[in-house]
Amino acid sequence: MSMLSTGRPTRPDATVSTDAHATLTGGEGLLQHEPLIFELGGWDKTGVDLPPVPDALGADDLGDLVRAEPIGLPGLSEPETVRHYVRLSQQNHAIDLALYPLGSCTMKHNPRLNEKMARLPGFADLHPLQPVSTVQGALQLIDELAHWLKTLTGLPAVAMTPKAGAHGELCGILAIQAAHRARGDAARTTVLVPTSAHGTNPATAAFVGYQVQEIAQTVDGRVDLADLEAKLGSHVAAIMVTNPNTCGLFERDIREIARLTHAAGAFFYCDGANFNAIVGRVRPGDLGVDAMHINLHKTFSTPHGGGGPGAGPVVLSEALAPYAPTPYVTHGPGGFELVEEDALAFGRMCAFNGQMGMFVRAYAYMLSHGADGLRQVAEDAVLNANYVKARLSAVMTPAFPDGPCMHEALFDDRWLEGTGVTTLDFAKAMIDEGFHPMTMYFPLVVHGAMLIEPTETESKAELDRFCDMVTALAGAAKAGDVARFTGAPYHAPRRRLDETQAARRPRLKWTPSSPEAVAAE
Amino acid sequence: MRYLPLTPDDRSQMLAVIGAPDIDALFVDVPAEARLPGPVDLPHVQGELEVERHLSRLARRNRTAGEGPFFCGAGAYRHHVPATVDHLIQRSEFLTSYTPYQPEIAQGTLQVLFEFQTQVARLTGMEVANASLYDGSTATAEAVMMAARITRRTRAVLSPGLHPHYAATVRTMAEAAGLTVEALPMAVDAEAEVLGALDADTACVVVQTPNLFGTATDVTKIGEAARAAGALMIVVTTEAVSFGLLKSPGAMGADIVAAEGQSIGNGLNFGGPYVGLFAVREKHLRQAPGRLCGETVDAEGRRGFVLTLSTREQHIRRDKATSNICTNSGLCALAFSIHMSLLGETGLRQLAALNHARARTLKAAMAALPGVEVLTPRFFNEIAVRVPGNAADLVETLAGNGILAGVPLSRLAPEAGMDDILLLAATETTLDTDIQILSRAISKVLAP
Repeated sequence: MSMLSTGRPTRPDATVSTDAHATLTGGEGLLQHEPLIFELGGWDKTGVDLPPVPDALGADDLGDLVRAEPIGLPGLSEPETVRHYVRLSQQNHAIDLALYPLGSCTMKHNPRLNEKMARLPGFADLHPLQPVSTVQGALQLIDELAHWLKTLTGLPAVAMTPKAGAHGELCGILAIQAAHRARGDAARTTVLVPTSAHGTNPATAAFVGYQVQEIAQTVDGRVDLADLEAKLGSHVAAIMVTNPNTCGLFERDIREIARLTHAAGAFFYCDGANFNAIVGRVRPGDLGVDAMHINLHKTFSTPHGGGGPGAGPVVLSEALAPYAPTPYVTHGPGGFELVEEDALAFGRMCAFNGQMGMFVRAYAYMLSHGADGLRQVAEDAVLNANYVKARLSAVMTPAFPDGPCMHEALFDDRWLEGTGVTTLDFAKAMIDEGFHPMTMYFPLVVHGAMLIEPTETESKAELDRFCDMVTALAGAAKAGDVARFTGAPYHAPRRRLDETQAARRPRLKWTPSSPEAVAAE
Repeated sequence: MRYLPLTPDDRSQMLAVIGAPDIDALFVDVPAEARLPGPVDLPHVQGELEVERHLSRLARRNRTAGEGPFFCGAGAYRHHVPATVDHLIQRSEFLTSYTPYQPEIAQGTLQVLFEFQTQVARLTGMEVANASLYDGSTATAEAVMMAARITRRTRAVLSPGLHPHYAATVRTMAEAAGLTVEALPMAVDAEAEVLGALDADTACVVVQTPNLFGTATDVTKIGEAARAAGALMIVVTTEAVSFGLLKSPGAMGADIVAAEGQSIGNGLNFGGPYVGLFAVREKHLRQAPGRLCGETVDAEGRRGFVLTLSTREQHIRRDKATSNICTNSGLCALAFSIHMSLLGETGLRQLAALNHARARTLKAAMAALPGVEVLTPRFFNEIAVRVPGNAADLVETLAGNGILAGVPLSRLAPEAGMDDILLLAATETTLDTDIQILSRAISKVLAP
């Protein structure tokens, strides 16, 4: 063994096993065990320094409206705060770490320029109700972004205020409801939704009071035209179809779907969650779509932030445009104006002007790519998905093997038959290999579905690394190495979590469990 | 294109593996007449420098809240957000992760949500809180829908002090769902008037404290009377810092609390993204909308967190779900939670006291102005004043002098016939000199 002159060894001792040395603290190397703030913080500690309040300006004027009882909020100093959240952050997977192939979620790279632009005080430090004369640049940005969205979709209007994809669906369906009402058509009580749809589609339609009826799917994963035609009628307000659909396939007959829908007097709502596959190459307006939400957090790369905030502007056809919600931006003689009242508008989606912070990020992304770059986005997204499909079809069973997929590749679980490994087990084993699993068990129309969406921001090398990993894991599953899967993950911050217990005895907040904790409170 | 890693060589190799002659072969399912032959008519790729230049030019065409004296509130408030908050939310692992579908590798997000839910439950004085909704206005609409599900009744009564944009958001969602919404005529200090509109169909009364006019109200008796009539009381708060000074909605008997959390940890952002706080009584939990994070154990018995009670949600229940909501406002909830952890109870109470003190100074200054009448009887950090003439004109004139002098009520409710009412907020960011400048400027404009 080589030594320094002080006697310190400079080479590791390879004979010491790395297994079976559970740590004494629960932490593992760089990964710290981190308690809750309620177990860490001081009840009288604070990480901010605020000036004192003069006695004369106390809350004596509020009488018994003053909150007398303790609130029970722990505080941390600044260094403790930083450590707490940095330690917690290290227990998350992220796109910045590795491929995050959640189908239907479009987990693409989030450019940091967008973050920088959204934080310019000229956007971030604006109040939504400042005089319009003082926010002309903000309104111009919304107007320019709207122009891009309209041009890319080939539709004449866009409602900017919906705050997420599902909120956009609601906006679109409300516009459709308003249009029917405006022409005195109150008999339309049904919305048709394919069985493969996102859960938000039927939930949205039902929320607004519509009956939801399902449209069957063909064996090749598309809307069954005959079934659609049979179910259309004067009772149908709209159809909600995702295109490309949740099987990752383009609805070949989409123009016929639109024609039949319009012939029945209904509107065509398109779920635009998968717009990334066609942006810059296909305009939904050319397909006969009347309304479509655009998830700015998917196609236009605003960060997903652990589950929001998103943004879901909705493009609208000529027939629906008059009913768009307030507020919206227009050009007036003295500059941009914000229209807050409009008798035809179906109402208001939220208090203010929509997700401005997301608008800035999405617009920075669009400007960066340009029309040519966005077209390349769609092409590379589709190319990457087909590459993954081609490579993995050697070891997995594609749900729809014939023809190309769009931006995501869908596999079923036939290839796992007899192995004792389920889709869930396989996903958990992927975690051990350092990847986020694909979307599991969705869409519902495919058994044990595995929906892989790599996005265009993955290099060929990363895709190969992923495909090599899945291929190796598939080999292990087929070779009977079952425990690798059924017990997985072994190497994540937590082993598999008990969701049944969580639901049976819901513990949705911290409560002091020990007498010491109670006393401390 | 700097965000696209594939090289032309990669693309050819990949097409070869796929067995496609060219990229067009992968778009073969698109109807021929809908395939665009080339890029749409928009500018082409631009470098960082050019993008930054363009957006900075637009940003400069706005007057920021921080540039001078600033008094806007009415549902969005300018507070100081510690630098730590914005730094931490930009950690890659928080910023670029998604909804925690795989809890074993999302414990960071999940633990934050669990802590957030606990903080919100305690702040609002309620038994349970969800993992956030889009904002305060949509949270209010969801609360009304939830009350209708619980009571199986069809009518909502909105108080005279409810923010008009909140009322409009509620009306839009609830009426589309077949509910009746009665919004009472606006008034400064009349939350209890909702009781006069109660009837056997009423699912809920919606009251706001502090309300649009800044008036803080003890709503305990309103809640008691509502429940006696079989309705629920929804309490709305648009200024979350007020929880640090005022009696909590839970302590006043709220059945559901819908609040805007922007004030803590989040900037103004011209109206969004914000974070809706949503808290309920435990017995109503299964009718609640949105994500819920719960504690459980892993296979080795270690504490961990998961999304739970998802049988309420759209991805399981589809058209029977309690709401169509999919995501929450995760990153804004994180910012809220970090700022709340920095403040602690001590800091929050100091911050709230400071806000109230600034507003007292503001109120005294306004009350001293001839012709200006302060209308709000009890307030947290916001007051309504009556000015001679048109408040919107006054605000426009003062904006020309570099002062953002609050929100004219006519901006929110042009039909209310309250064109002479101005809403003014003060926070810890408001300086005594700002208030002096405002007073002098108003005097000057109003001088005969």
